[in-house]
Amino acid sequence: MAEIRVMRDDLLPPASTERRHLLSISDLSRDDIERLLATARSFARSLEREMKKLPTLRGRTVVNMFYESSTRTSASFELAAKRLSADTMSIKASGSSVDKGESLKDTALTLGAYDPDVIVIRHPQIGAAQFVARVTKAHVVNAGDGKHQHPTQALLDLYTLHEEFGRLEGLHVAIVGDVLHSRVARSLIQALALVEARVTLVAPPPLLPRGIEAMGCETSTEIESIKAADVVYVLRMQQERMQAGANYVPSLREYTARWGVTPERIRPGQRIMHPGPMNRGVEIDPRVADAADALIETQVRAGLVTRMAVLYDLLTTGPVGVKVQTLHEVA
Amino acid sequence: MLFSKQAPRENLIVRGARVLDPAAGVDDVIDVRVDDGMIAELGSRLDPNAHRVVEGEGLVLAPAFVDPHVHLRSPGREDEETIASGTAAAAAGGYAAILAMPNTDPVVDSGSVLGSLVDEARARAEIPVGFLAAITKGQGGEELTEMVELAEAGAAGFTDDGRPIVAPGLMRRALQYGAVTGRTLAVHCEEPTLSRGGQMHEGAVSAELGFAGYPSVAESVMVERDLSLAAYERRPVHVMHVSARESVEKLRAARDAGVAASAEVTPHHLCLTDEAVRSLDSNLKMNPPLRSSDDRGALVEALRDGTIEAVATDHAPHARHEKEVPFEAAPFGVTGLETAFAALYTNLVEPGLLRLETLLERMSAGPAGIFGLPAPRISVGEHANVVLLDLGASRRVEEADFRSRSANSWLLGQKLKGKVRLTVAAGRVVFEG
Repeated sequence: MAEIRVMRDDLLPPASTERRHLLSISDLSRDDIERLLATARSFARSLEREMKKLPTLRGRTVVNMFYESSTRTSASFELAAKRLSADTMSIKASGSSVDKGESLKDTALTLGAYDPDVIVIRHPQIGAAQFVARVTKAHVVNAGDGKHQHPTQALLDLYTLHEEFGRLEGLHVAIVGDVLHSRVARSLIQALALVEARVTLVAPPPLLPRGIEAMGCETSTEIESIKAADVVYVLRMQQERMQAGANYVPSLREYTARWGVTPERIRPGQRIMHPGPMNRGVEIDPRVADAADALIETQVRAGLVTRMAVLYDLLTTGPVGVKVQTLHEVA
Repeated sequence: MLFSKQAPRENLIVRGARVLDPAAGVDDVIDVRVDDGMIAELGSRLDPNAHRVVEGEGLVLAPAFVDPHVHLRSPGREDEETIASGTAAAAAGGYAAILAMPNTDPVVDSGSVLGSLVDEARARAEIPVGFLAAITKGQGGEELTEMVELAEAGAAGFTDDGRPIVAPGLMRRALQYGAVTGRTLAVHCEEPTLSRGGQMHEGAVSAELGFAGYPSVAESVMVERDLSLAAYERRPVHVMHVSARESVEKLRAARDAGVAASAEVTPHHLCLTDEAVRSLDSNLKMNPPLRSSDDRGALVEALRDGTIEAVATDHAPHARHEKEVPFEAAPFGVTGLETAFAALYTNLVEPGLLRLETLLERMSAGPAGIFGLPAPRISVGEHANVVLLDLGASRRVEEADFRSRSANSWLLGQKLKGKVRLTVAAGRVVFEG
């Protein structure tokens, strides 16, 4: 269904009656996910054509607010908006009024005054995307808020898995590494639970958040347990969080020796994923990263069509998450 | 130890209310006559005798409330609260006495800072207010303040609230030396290396939301330590804002063993759990954090059985622009003076979790006793410290109604039952609603 609508060059998005956002995977239903993935697949086909630009979001404005460094997320959101003919503006924290101490509220209100249709925000603090959704009238897409959520990453990962396996239900994914500090892991665990895949988290005990099993996953501290999975999803070891004295692990060297994903620790045919950027030789052995079974580049390509689907979906079709509570002091 | 502005005292009759003073054993529909601020007569159909008459039919007249834990933000952050605004807020909440915390700027750690607060209270406090002084200079956790001088200047007690006293040896010295002042030592129990960076209770919700956890054990290990020291020194200690089941269990065991320990709990810890934080509303961020439903159950039970004898609001005003930020960037603390009774009546008494009599006692005589303050009593010869409550009335909590300078309430927009109609503090009508 989505394919027909997207391919029509004269398609104009219907006026939205309810303001919708993509803030957290927990706001989505399985139907939402399947619709988004189907839309992304139809965009993938459209991108095979010589003329890659679609007029779908002509006249719409997408603002990217990036308060943290990012390569693939910011690039793919920008390109996704351009492929759909939207106008884009990108604001980075450095070089903007944020440097002068402007609050997130004032920056959001300032950008909101240009009436953007969508604000894409990445921010180092949990709840930043929810906050922007409360203070502006735009549709808000969370492109990563602290250690909380990175929903479009999870969607592109599901897209990648579906392309590779032709199904999602029943897949077994082992997520390895620094789960404690990972927004990618949180979104992915929820997304995989929604499509009834099985998740095993593998990490040193201090990097497994207490109580995380309630999200519907298993946990293990033994690297050998990744062998049972169809897919090994390797998380970035965030070096800035691993300074001496933090004591999550005694050293990166010991982490790599005990939990690094090496050719010896995986079995033939297992697929390898990584959200990037990689620390080759730390959490992932270069031979694993470069092997034919690695889906890491596929993930990057999936990022573009998935983010096109998210922008399209927010401005046109059924409800994406709307669980934004009113902040009473915000008039 | 309590200070307020001088004002003429009232002649008043409250007619036909259900007079309920659990500590005095009174529960009767009678009239109460106040002459010149003192309770002069209890009885049926009293002669008004040119007194102002307040109709109390269908209402409950109870001893006014006492809050042992309030932040008045003065000196230093008068944009958030002042002695005048904070005591006006307390009056609206049914309070006849409150105690202010010393974590101001500058810290209340010298006779001169305390003296200026006492002067300010004598000029502007709507209801009697007492001031706790710091245990350590600048609340730095290293050197004891001049506790004797501070007590003589009117300190109602001592605390480093907002911060724990990290070094056990210093805590022991504070217990030893504090004895000569005759004042209560109140402790904020938080082991900082366990709570560091923590934004909310550590558990399934923090795991899902990604927040660094502030585990309940960060509180309970310090509760245990301070109770051990208090037992060893045979000194009383007051544990502030208890939030965790383990802390309750340590308290219960220590009291059973004869330690003179007391404790308080806040309305928000009695009404909410960490599930509420899913909204990411910065008005649900406080220290200690909202904990699990198991912890909440233990707190309600402890309030019921008297292991915790006091409700304390930990009223912590914050400027709007400081709370209007993502949850992770917001300061800890919520207001509570103006909503405490209604929140607890609605969430605990109405659903049958706590008797009204118990709540009234824990909001009045309980906290007064901890700090040696006179407990409000409805009996002849006592100062009139009473609150008239309309249990049937409900209202929506609106920012515009607050007398506090800040509105960082976790109850904004909620409909609560149990309204304060009249507060009489130290013989003066200080609030009518």
